[in-house]
Amino acid sequence: METIVAVLAGLLVAGGAYLMLSGNLVRYILGLTILSNAANLVIFAAGRMAKAAPALTAYGADAPAAGVANPVPQALILTAIVIGFGLFCFALTLAYRAFYAMGTARMDAMRIAEPREDRG
Amino acid sequence: MNSIILRTGTRALIPVFLFVALMTLWRGHNDPGGGFIGGLLAAICVALIEKAFGVAQARRWLILPPMMIAGIGLSCAILSGLWGALANGWFLSSVWPLYANVDGKWEGLAAGSILLFDSGVFLVVVGVVSAILFALEEAGVPESRKDEP
Amino acid sequence: MQQTVPYEAGPWRFLPSAVMAAAFAWFATFLPSASAGQTAELVFPWVPTLGIDIAFRLDALSLLFSLLITGVGAICFLYSAEYFHNDRRLKRLLTLMVLFAMSMLGVVLADDAVTLFVAWECTTITSFLLVGFDHHKADARYKAQQALLVTGMGGLALMAGLIIMGTVAGTFRLSEMADFAGFTSDPLYPAMLILVLIGCFTKSAQFPFHFWLPGAMAAPTPVSAYLHSATMVKAGVYLVARMTPMLGGTEVWSWTLSLVGATTMVVASFWALRQSDLKLMLAWTTLMGLGALMLGLGGGGYYAIGGAMTFIVVHAFYKAALFLGVGLLDKGAGTREVGELGGLRGAMPMSFIIIALAAASMAGLPPFVGFIGKELIYEGALHATTEEIFVLTMAVTANALMVAVALVLAIRPFFGTFRAPHAAPADPSILMWGGPALLALGGLGLGLVPGPFGALIGQITEIVRAAPGAPELKLWHGVNGALMLSLLTFALGGVFFWGVPQLRAALIREEDRVPDSAAVYDILLNAMRDTAAWVARTTQNGRMMSYLRVTFTTLALMVWGAIFVGAGAVAQIDPDIPLFHWGLVIAIAASLSTIIFTGSRLVAITALGGIGLAIAVIYVLYSAIDVAMTQLLTETLIVVFVAVAFTKLPRAGTGALRIGDAIIAAILGLGVTFALLAVLGSGLEQDVSAFYLEAAYPQAAGRNIVNVILVDFRALDTLGEVAVVLIAGIAALAALRAGREVKK
Repeated sequence: METIVAVLAGLLVAGGAYLMLSGNLVRYILGLTILSNAANLVIFAAGRMAKAAPALTAYGADAPAAGVANPVPQALILTAIVIGFGLFCFALTLAYRAFYAMGTARMDAMRIAEPREDRG
Repeated sequence: MNSIILRTGTRALIPVFLFVALMTLWRGHNDPGGGFIGGLLAAICVALIEKAFGVAQARRWLILPPMMIAGIGLSCAILSGLWGALANGWFLSSVWPLYANVDGKWEGLAAGSILLFDSGVFLVVVGVVSAILFALEEAGVPESRKDEP
Repeated sequence: MQQTVPYEAGPWRFLPSAVMAAAFAWFATFLPSASAGQTAELVFPWVPTLGIDIAFRLDALSLLFSLLITGVGAICFLYSAEYFHNDRRLKRLLTLMVLFAMSMLGVVLADDAVTLFVAWECTTITSFLLVGFDHHKADARYKAQQALLVTGMGGLALMAGLIIMGTVAGTFRLSEMADFAGFTSDPLYPAMLILVLIGCFTKSAQFPFHFWLPGAMAAPTPVSAYLHSATMVKAGVYLVARMTPMLGGTEVWSWTLSLVGATTMVVASFWALRQSDLKLMLAWTTLMGLGALMLGLGGGGYYAIGGAMTFIVVHAFYKAALFLGVGLLDKGAGTREVGELGGLRGAMPMSFIIIALAAASMAGLPPFVGFIGKELIYEGALHATTEEIFVLTMAVTANALMVAVALVLAIRPFFGTFRAPHAAPADPSILMWGGPALLALGGLGLGLVPGPFGALIGQITEIVRAAPGAPELKLWHGVNGALMLSLLTFALGGVFFWGVPQLRAALIREEDRVPDSAAVYDILLNAMRDTAAWVARTTQNGRMMSYLRVTFTTLALMVWGAIFVGAGAVAQIDPDIPLFHWGLVIAIAASLSTIIFTGSRLVAITALGGIGLAIAVIYVLYSAIDVAMTQLLTETLIVVFVAVAFTKLPRAGTGALRIGDAIIAAILGLGVTFALLAVLGSGLEQDVSAFYLEAAYPQAAGRNIVNVILVDFRALDTLGEVAVVLIAGIAALAALRAGREVKK
């Protein structure tokens, strides 16, 4: 299954990057969301995937049985998902704000910080 | 949105949602769940209320301003850390006043600094998600909005 | 009209001076012990793992400089307090000068190379602020920047040199380095030598880095008197002396110091005569003095070293007195231009006496201490290890020019027809002339009774040479070579003085034709600015899309670079893939292409939710229950948020297929796939996971190990993450708030 996830992650990264490069803020945000999903998948697969029991200690036992899923990447991804969500919210409001202020969602038309110089 | 079905359904669902969210928070230490998941569940509950009854109603339902809830959450998390620092001399170490390890088995009530920390996480998630959702909902539609390629 | 009350600084203005005087007295109590070779140490651990401490050590060499810094400091601070009595900037000036004095003390007292460097840089920064004190003037800003860049560059070289030395010696303690004998035989010796000497030469304004010092005269006069006569420029001399036991004693050391010192000395004395501004004239003579010090240190014999050390004191006395004296003239008569002053000896008697006494010491007349210093330098030159004829010629020429400058200083403003911009020139108050008078008299007193001071110089000479033997300080050495040279110097100096008008005219004529390192500095600076502007113009073109493309291309290159650099083992392709999994892949691919090609927002949002769901299914299949739940819930919220936000944003649009972007995206995607396969092909250490699995229940009382990691083992990380979420929320609210104000 890791092979499949590797292909999937590549697919999602490519799609996300293509969307982010489209020059439109709305599509940029869609791409960003996809990209963060892909990143989580990469971490998950790098921690090895196995059809094992979840990382839980059974009631009455001191430690989980041998061969449970690796808990470390899970903990990483769990927070990464929430952080990613926070980042997504911020990007969304920023996009809204940019559109509001500049009246366009085309990124190449946003030149307030670096106005076009009158050269040549 | 102005749907009778949604409103009625939401009214019935709110207690269920809240109960599930708090249970998820409580059982998180031993079974799947925890502050993040519970918080997200509660946030979805708030979103549902907001969709059914509007922002003003949802704000009233929350009583406290959402960012204040988030702030209280972060304070809880930090306080739990200080609690550990005071009790064990080690920031964020766990303290279980009602829970004891008897011959390798933990017995008593599983409430302590860790639950306080997880509740803090819960509150931050609820507060921030609600705050942004409300603000987004209340934000004006730019006049110049026109579709662009 | 607004009534302006003249500003008057309160009595606090004398505080820095008093503190400096107290520090001077405290340091003076160490005189007997330090002269006997004892040291005092003060150490605070700083980065113990790297062997770096905040370490201070007071030996005879450090004590001499500390006394100069605090003693001249007390006088200069008092002078400043009076000079800027009615100036609101006095507070700033005194603060900066105290900071500078402390940095300077740090330099001369530091026993740790890193401590030394930090203090060294502090002097650079504080002197930058002091030179640019009149920051409303473009010229002062330019000069301050010049001083900062030149000495700062030298500081970087010094840092590199000190780090190499510390690594070679295995310690950063200067006192331990001094006992380490292996520097000169190390293959890195040339690197250490060049780097450390560049640091010293830039700081002490040696040729060809000398140009910043006359420029630094943009500073107020008391600052120049303090920084550019007695302290900052001596830091380089101090460090050369400190380094002599470690790096000295070789041919290349002696030759470099002698050549650079001699060149600086002669160039500076000629240009000193060209100046008409008395302060600038003094600045150039300071360069000459610094050159003489380098020459003496390069000589290496005990006459040369002892002479140099004596000359440091001599120079500090007469140069500070002269700078302050010129300040008196400026304040009392209204100008520093030598051509506009004359016949003032009656109107400004104190200024005249101070300048005359100090000038006599500068000219090296007996019985002033300047005479002793000069005699010792000549004696050292006669015993020089390098070419003595060269050294002697340079030394005599420079000293003769010094005599001429001294005559100009003492005669031109005070004799001849009465000339002054002020109608009634007069000496300022005793608070101003008291200090310089003390310095000028000190030059005479030390010359008459050099004995006690000789013990300290002797001890320093032994420290610097790391060998016993010290010259005796006395006025009359009998009729010997040095005395003959002195007489020759006076005679030549008289000739030069008589020829000053012609000489100056010739120098002014030739000025533009002589190559000037300040011009090289300007060329380099402009070239750097132009290059920076060019780089900014080409890379910062203001088009956001090109930035994004560059970012993604770089990212793709980095991923592929990592694959090629790392071990190439790629994971075994698993042939046994259940049909259900293929279904997931197809679902995700289909959703993805829908998002990319649809023009409808609603369809895009739905497809985005579809991708999230499919990924949640993967987490469920592979036993990550908590993750799957989180994924599902955030995915739900994301759809809600996007649905709300997109009603306020324009339609996504599709646009034509962009081949270039597609290629960048494809390369990046393929890179991620291969990188992940490579990761999977290499081993995985599971120690950490094993620990968490075992310890979760017994130690942390939790059965859900993922949750235990989050809220107990790695709770600090989670705390940080929660804080980030909160900050993201605050930022999002701030971004949205502006929109709400305009809402209809």
